[in-house]
Amino acid sequence: MTPTVVFPVLVAGLYAAGVYLLLDRSLTRVLLGFLLLGNATNLLLLSTSRAGEPPIVGTAEPAEMADPLPQALVLTAIVITFGVSAFLLAVIHRSWRLVRREVVETDEEDRRVAARSPRQGDALDPDDLDPGDLSREERAVGRAVGGPGDDVEHRFGERFPDAASDDVDLPPTRGAAR
Amino acid sequence: MTVLLLAHLAAALAAPLLVRWWGRQAFLALALVPAASFGWALAQLGTVLDGGEVRDTVPWVPTLELAVELRLDALALTFAALVTGVGALVLLYCARYFEPDEEGTGRFAAELTAFAGSMLGLVLADDVFLLYVFWELTTVFSFLLIGGAGGQVAGRRAASQALVLTTAGGLAMLAGLIMVAQASGSTLLSEIVADPGSGPLLTWGTVLVLLGALTKSAMVPFHFWLPAAMQAPTPVSAYLHAAAMVKAGIYLVARLAPGFADVPGWRPIVLGVGVATMLLGGYRSLRQYDLKLLLAFGTVSQLGFLMTLVGAGSQELATAGLAMVLAHGLFKSTLFLSVGVLDHATGTRDLRELSGLGHRLPWLATAAVLASASMAGLPPFLGFVGKEAAFTGLWEGGVPDRAAAWTVLAGIVLGSVLTVAYTARFLWGAFARKPGLPEAAPAELEHPPGPLFLTAPLVLGVAGLVAGPLSSSIDPLVAAYSETLPVLAEEAEHLALWHGLQPALALSALTLLGGLGLHAARDRVSAAQRRVAVPASANRGYWNLLQGVDRLAVLVTGTTQRGSLPTYLGVILVVVLVLPGVVLLTRAPWPEGWRAWDSPLQGLIAVAVLAAAVMAVRIRSRLSAAIVVGITGYGLGALFVVHGAPDLALTQVLVETITLVAFVLVLRKLPKDVGGRDRPRVRWARGAVALAVGCFMGLAGAVALGARTADPVSEPFPELADVIGHGYNVVNVTLVDIRAWDTFGEISVLVAAATGVASLVYLRGRPGAPERADSDAGAGAGPPRRAPRREWLAATATLDPRRRSVILEVVTRLLFHAVLVLSVYLLFAGHNQPGGGFAGGLVAGLALVLRYLAGGRYELGEAAPVDPGRLLGLGLLIAGGTGATSLVLGEAVFESAYLSGTLPVLGEVSLATALFFDIGVYLVVVGLVLDVLRSLGAELDRQEDEEPAVERAPEEVIAR
Repeated sequence: MTPTVVFPVLVAGLYAAGVYLLLDRSLTRVLLGFLLLGNATNLLLLSTSRAGEPPIVGTAEPAEMADPLPQALVLTAIVITFGVSAFLLAVIHRSWRLVRREVVETDEEDRRVAARSPRQGDALDPDDLDPGDLSREERAVGRAVGGPGDDVEHRFGERFPDAASDDVDLPPTRGAAR
Repeated sequence: MTVLLLAHLAAALAAPLLVRWWGRQAFLALALVPAASFGWALAQLGTVLDGGEVRDTVPWVPTLELAVELRLDALALTFAALVTGVGALVLLYCARYFEPDEEGTGRFAAELTAFAGSMLGLVLADDVFLLYVFWELTTVFSFLLIGGAGGQVAGRRAASQALVLTTAGGLAMLAGLIMVAQASGSTLLSEIVADPGSGPLLTWGTVLVLLGALTKSAMVPFHFWLPAAMQAPTPVSAYLHAAAMVKAGIYLVARLAPGFADVPGWRPIVLGVGVATMLLGGYRSLRQYDLKLLLAFGTVSQLGFLMTLVGAGSQELATAGLAMVLAHGLFKSTLFLSVGVLDHATGTRDLRELSGLGHRLPWLATAAVLASASMAGLPPFLGFVGKEAAFTGLWEGGVPDRAAAWTVLAGIVLGSVLTVAYTARFLWGAFARKPGLPEAAPAELEHPPGPLFLTAPLVLGVAGLVAGPLSSSIDPLVAAYSETLPVLAEEAEHLALWHGLQPALALSALTLLGGLGLHAARDRVSAAQRRVAVPASANRGYWNLLQGVDRLAVLVTGTTQRGSLPTYLGVILVVVLVLPGVVLLTRAPWPEGWRAWDSPLQGLIAVAVLAAAVMAVRIRSRLSAAIVVGITGYGLGALFVVHGAPDLALTQVLVETITLVAFVLVLRKLPKDVGGRDRPRVRWARGAVALAVGCFMGLAGAVALGARTADPVSEPFPELADVIGHGYNVVNVTLVDIRAWDTFGEISVLVAAATGVASLVYLRGRPGAPERADSDAGAGAGPPRRAPRREWLAATATLDPRRRSVILEVVTRLLFHAVLVLSVYLLFAGHNQPGGGFAGGLVAGLALVLRYLAGGRYELGEAAPVDPGRLLGLGLLIAGGTGATSLVLGEAVFESAYLSGTLPVLGEVSLATALFFDIGVYLVVVGLVLDVLRSLGAELDRQEDEEPAVERAPEEVIAR
């Protein structure tokens, strides 16, 4: 089929405007960008099909009808776009009510990981700690001293200076624990 | 056999309940299950000794040719008896080990019973994949039992270490099993062992299977997980880490040895690793002060010994190996259980704090001494019999290579010397009176053990003593397995207590003397061990490896996850431009010709839409930007008309209107302008990406259209719609009939979106219908909230008079019903003319919008006194019900039927069942709009009424 000029130009323009807005940090503009992208995509789908008479049997010959399949696809897409837009509007509203901002925030957790040097990759996770394992000062700070000096072997060496160093150290026994 | 496994499962499931009812006595009941299995296994002894086997097959996954194939032969019976017998005694022991009201006992009981069942399944499984399933089940239960409730770091670490190592080995084993099964052409162990095949596939598969067995049985260099796993309660150590789970590797090697011992690589790996493990475990055991760790390293050492014997692949060593498996299961669990009793009684396991316990706990000491004698290989214990047979077998050349036989013999003699030494250290440490400590340390026994507590260790210890002299009666069972292996020495030995004066006896004497000598010189040995520092440690290596993985993860995450959504989107879009974009420019077939437009009208509309798009980018005011974006939507609607899509145009225009309303409802709460702009450089970058993506999409669409050669799939749709769907509107019939599944999925999305909106606005659950004017919530100070009921649009009375619009109210009164009728007309006419459920629902929604705008939030309640959630659910139910009904009637899902007839008054009526589907769509769409109006409109109004004093920064201007 021979393409028209008008559809690609229109699709390109809507996509460009939509992507530009989508890359904004303001949620409102992201939503507007999303709507433009939705329109552009619907148009793209429709533009790849034959134009013609409305696809209603009896009013036109099947050969002259516009292709009904992309129409059916686009029709539901339009309504779904509304549903998703309403959802995004609710997100904007909630974000505004909570923090008086409606921007796409930078993910702080990601920044923290990125700021961690690979050498710190083995720093102890909170999962690796029992409150009972921390000294009083460390408990106050809420962290443990990581690093090679903190493994069980090291602690074993401290507790039993005369013992031959070993890999494992069992916790106190049942009797002592209670 | 299946029944036994199911009984274990049922007992495990019932265990928490039983523990809740009966407390720790529940263990006594649970012990009955493995005890019954033990009895059953012994009852099969006759069949098995006659050379028979017991089989049980239950189909499992026929399509994968998987079946629960269980098989009991001599080897399986030996292990099954050990597993169930020790299991029953350990459960018995648990009934006193735990305090009466200890927390987590129910969970523990369930896990231990389930483990016993998995272990039994493992030794009975004949299918390699079934074996693998049970294998991993034991790993998982071991993880749960080591970690306990997860309250301790050391426990969690030990549990995860054991899990990581044994599942890594297990995965290697799975790959190996698949390769071996491929090589031999069967998945049944019995057939694989009978005819393993040959070739590199078999060799490498065997190496991988061995890797699994070696990790499971804690061989060097994977031995370190076993001592760390001693974090678990003592019954677990006694059962899993002495008698049962760690024997799984031994079992597998013993199972495969008859067919696989001559596979290249088998003997070097098994014998080398086995001897090394035996020596290392014994050496490390001598350094321990914690009795449990001492035993743990002793277990590592003994497992190395067992691996050497069963893996050697000769009849005489296999005989010795199986006897040692039994002996080890008996004495090591006795010793662990004794340590548990000791720990319970004194509150410590540190041998430097214990003294003079021998005469204070005489029964315990008796059990421990019996077991230790067996471990050290003293006559007449079973341990002596096994060790003697091993020495004899190797002396006479139980390994094909003579030099290897001597090396292995030297290794296990040295290992046995260490065994005697650490046995002495254990007995001395636990029970002897030590110089430098008080006569009785600790002075008081906290919990003197009761008779039931001592039963299990005593029974197991005595069993080791009795089995020695009776070893000639164990011999038939052991021989039934070992005779499947070739005799490599001059003559096959049988198990017996006394073989006469032989070199092996001298070796036994040598090991005893050497071990006792080592113990006598313990101070010097200890000093020497301290001087010999070992720089490398397998455990250290393991943690370094894990840390390396962690570091890599941080590096990768830190490099790729920068935390900015626009950056991620930008990266994705640039990838789209670089990969498909380059292909588009270089390889795509360009259209041969272009035409400007289908109709000049399209050009005009396009100019308007493009202008609106440019304005949407430039305008900072939220509301204005929303309106220009709306203009692009209306423009699209016009284009749809030109293109020949009246349904689309109708829907597009309706949706665009409702979207605008929703925008206004939310934007009134936000500042007028969007604040904060990116730096110019970022804006240019965004612009460049956006333009490039736009051009790419436009060109891609044109190329896709130009490349179309096949006929559209929708070619027969008009005929299908008319003949089968009984509708003239092809688009509508496509939606409700031809592609009804698709539409059903899409209305489900609408329901989800509506629920999302409601849950973001109402934080605590969806309330019922919108508030009505006469509800209590409406009563309050200010303008009259209670509306007179008989007046049309009565709720407008609740509005502030300054916010009322007479014209809007009048228009609403005039139009509301007409619009509703129109919506119903569209719904029913849609099958044959433009319209349908989507359009009809949107029109009804617009009517509700009108009521809301004219009369405020109470008017919405008056107009639609229904819960939107119910509406959505009802719609989905009707639409889904249409599909289900045709299924029930024996047709395909969403198959439509057609009825026609003549009714009085109405005349001829025809009805396609697809109409019901469309009614469902209609209800969903109405529900969606109502939900949005109620959430973003009425609820936001209410929130403002109730909290008017939200602080506003002075520069904020709220659009109204």
